[in-house]
Amino acid sequence: MIKLTNFAIAATETGRAAQYGEGNPFLEWAWLIVIVPFLAFLAIVFFGKRLPRRGGEIAVGAMAFVAVYAAVLFIMNVTGGVEFVGDPVEVGKIGTFAIEWGWVVDGLSSMMYLVVGLLAFLIFTYALGYMEGDVRVTWFFAAFTLFAGSMLLLVSAPNLIQLIVGWEGVGLSSYLLIGHYWEDKENSSAGMKAFYVNKVADIGLIIGAFVLAIPVGSFRISDILTAVVDNPEAIETVAMVGAVLLFIGAMGKSAQFPFHVWLPDAMAGPTPVSALMHAATMVTAGVYLVARMFPLYAEMAADARGLVITIGAITLIIAGLLAVVQDDIKKVLAYSTVSQLGYMVAALGAGAYTAGLFHLWTHAFFKGLLFLGAGSVIHSVHSNNMSDMGGLRKPMPVTFSTFVAGTLALAGIFPLAGFFSKDEVLAAFNHEGYTAVLVIGIIGAFITAFYMARTVFLTFYGTYKGHGHPHESPKVMTVPMMILAGLAVVGGWVNIPGLYTGFTEWVGTRAHPIAEHHAESFDWPVLAIGLTAALLGIVAGYLLYFKDKQTQLERDTFRIPLLWPLLEHKYYLDDLYLGGIVNPIKGPIARFVNWTNSYIFDGIVNGAGFLARAVAGVVYGVFDQRGIDLALNGLAFTTDGAGGKTRLLQTGKVQQYAGATVIGAALLVIGFVIFR
Amino acid sequence: MTVADWIAEPTNWVYLVLALVIAVSALRVVTSTNVVHAALFLVLALAGTAGLFLLLSAEFVAWVLVLVYIGAVIVLFLFGIMITRAPTGPNVEVDHQRRAPAAMAAFLIFIVTAGSALTAFGDKQISNLGRGTSTEVIGEQLLQRFVIPFEVVSFVLLAALIGGITLARKDATPAEEMAREGSDA
Amino acid sequence: MLLNQFLILGALLFSLGIYGLLVRRNAVMVLLSIELMLNAVNVNLVAFEAFLQNANVGGQIFAIFVITVAAAEVGVGLAIILMIFRNRTSANIDELDLMKW
Repeated sequence: MIKLTNFAIAATETGRAAQYGEGNPFLEWAWLIVIVPFLAFLAIVFFGKRLPRRGGEIAVGAMAFVAVYAAVLFIMNVTGGVEFVGDPVEVGKIGTFAIEWGWVVDGLSSMMYLVVGLLAFLIFTYALGYMEGDVRVTWFFAAFTLFAGSMLLLVSAPNLIQLIVGWEGVGLSSYLLIGHYWEDKENSSAGMKAFYVNKVADIGLIIGAFVLAIPVGSFRISDILTAVVDNPEAIETVAMVGAVLLFIGAMGKSAQFPFHVWLPDAMAGPTPVSALMHAATMVTAGVYLVARMFPLYAEMAADARGLVITIGAITLIIAGLLAVVQDDIKKVLAYSTVSQLGYMVAALGAGAYTAGLFHLWTHAFFKGLLFLGAGSVIHSVHSNNMSDMGGLRKPMPVTFSTFVAGTLALAGIFPLAGFFSKDEVLAAFNHEGYTAVLVIGIIGAFITAFYMARTVFLTFYGTYKGHGHPHESPKVMTVPMMILAGLAVVGGWVNIPGLYTGFTEWVGTRAHPIAEHHAESFDWPVLAIGLTAALLGIVAGYLLYFKDKQTQLERDTFRIPLLWPLLEHKYYLDDLYLGGIVNPIKGPIARFVNWTNSYIFDGIVNGAGFLARAVAGVVYGVFDQRGIDLALNGLAFTTDGAGGKTRLLQTGKVQQYAGATVIGAALLVIGFVIFR
Repeated sequence: MTVADWIAEPTNWVYLVLALVIAVSALRVVTSTNVVHAALFLVLALAGTAGLFLLLSAEFVAWVLVLVYIGAVIVLFLFGIMITRAPTGPNVEVDHQRRAPAAMAAFLIFIVTAGSALTAFGDKQISNLGRGTSTEVIGEQLLQRFVIPFEVVSFVLLAALIGGITLARKDATPAEEMAREGSDA
Repeated sequence: MLLNQFLILGALLFSLGIYGLLVRRNAVMVLLSIELMLNAVNVNLVAFEAFLQNANVGGQIFAIFVITVAAAEVGVGLAIILMIFRNRTSANIDELDLMKW
């Protein structure tokens, strides 16, 4: 646990005096970052259709502006540190509570501006190629711009109300984008699912905001944090309750267990949407919220932090296992994102502010890259399923090499970005004494490497199993991927313990500095174990999906009928692999978890791993089916029954309704007169 | 105020006649089995109302009512009746079987509104009438104080115009659609 | 003249309109009943105007607005009825029960 007995001393460890602040024109005008996307949204809506690229150029232009401006702010932060809160504009008043719009530029938000701006710019450029000739391109770019703009509004928020506005804006635009191909019922319900799940969690955020604001007397984040830091005992309970409620909101947006269900379905949207959503905008919002309110979690609510780390760890492992059995390449990446978000949340819960944000930073690059690569593949073979791919290494060399770079970065192979961030997260677990979480994290690293290796081997190696002729994507799509690949390689070099720890300073530059432990050098045992786990995962993937790929396909839940006869006699050869490595991971546990999620029962649960199976069965039967499902189904049945009775009232005859309305109105008036 | 006092006023005799005409024709509007007759009784009720407005020295509104309602709206109704081939014979079921609940609802509303009017206004008098409201005043007020509602109403009319055209327009059949496209090409 | 004699006439017109609205099967006749109700409102507005004698003659002006809106409503209403009639060869409102569950 962090010792917080002397906040001032601890603060000087990380906090640095900001060189740029009040009066700097770049900071005074930083509100442009938020406003420009919204103006671009309006411009696209009104004029987009008349332009040669149907509005895409406005979107890309706006994002280029944001990226450049964010880069300027970021460089200012790197060189001297920025800490600035713009003079808020009072929009309205509720009693004594002012509703304000403002913008905050400090280490944390300038990092987020850069991530959002840069990723959005690259992904928008990519989308110019990907969405070409699509239905409703103009509307797509309009909603996409709104999506990025809402996220920037959220990030720039100096008060909780503005944060909620941006938060809901992100939710709304994600709904619009996920349901982009609404002609398919499935897609529009995926959009609605995302919206509903988020909305349930948002209730936590909104109540939490009010719980915190009312005793403090202000919605400003700085006021709330000051109150918490200066006088912890006075509002201990409030801070505790508020922290938990805010975290419930963060769980929804960041797809933490049990709210993770919306994210895989959200893959129904166009791939650039998934890329932006997973890399920079939506799912990082929850992590950002926790980071922004971090003093609240660090200082006040140790119990709340226990919840955070538990949720993070559960999410990490559950989602990682699910990623192993998916056939849809985007769903593999989606579950992978959920799992990586689990790392970030668990790191923040463990008190490792920098580690959590560092993982967010590197993850943005390589996950954005992986999604763009997946989109490139999908664009080429017109299928999401890996069982329709294979052998794409030759026809799509750029996609292949960048995808591999992203895979290695995600798996955490030295010296790519993911290695440093994941190592820092694991080291933080070790240092803070969360041994169980550390073990889960290492297992998670193994699983991550395993499913990513599986994805690469199934997609790019072997023989092509789909129809049509795969081809490399146009330049407008490959160039953003190459840039992101470069960032996925070097992105982690900004925070190497013992060598250069710039990132720690960057995100530590903020009004309420963070007190946390910073390692002087690598945690060598953890590093070695983590890296070994990742390498083992890749080797396992190689053995199962490359060397004996066809057998593996036969054992897979998703089979290709044509290949069955070929596979049958090879079956026994692979029993060793299957019994030893795959089934304990892939078979029972993962299937059970998948089952609980997608309700697809796959009766063939075979192989070894009885122990794992029993444990999983208990977890599934008692916790999931009896607990969550029973409650949900009970609610549904009650509603259904009540509806069946009351629907008899609904004759559908307008005049009966009108008569009831009239009589009701008259009776109400009479009632008011009598009971006045 | 006694009944004798009330009868002594000559305008009240005029009111009584008009009110009787309005009430009876309104009753016929909702009970007549012939749609055309119902529409014509509505004309009568509206004409009576216009007379009431004159009595209340609201000439402009009265003539607007005559022109717009009786002149235009009723004609529209008659066209509607013709186009929808509404049943006009005497033995057609124009009403629902169950009239009692509807009558009860209507009666309840009458009790509520009339009762509240009686309790609220007792025997308040309308006096100082007879000088009339000049159209000039209405025009000035319409374009000064009420200019925004005026514009809004004009917008409503425009929307109704477009909506009416869009709804009532006959959609081209697929064959006609193809023929048109063919001629374009 | 009493104010109430106009208000009660208005109430009578309004409740007759409601009766017609609830009891008529033919959509055109339902619209006629709605016109009656709107007319009742006009009577009230003008009567109050005469009672209060405001300089800005708001009551009469709003009566004019009501007439205008009623004209618009009839236009759109008849267009809708025409549409329904075309699609279902009947303008009977009780056959339109698609609103149930």
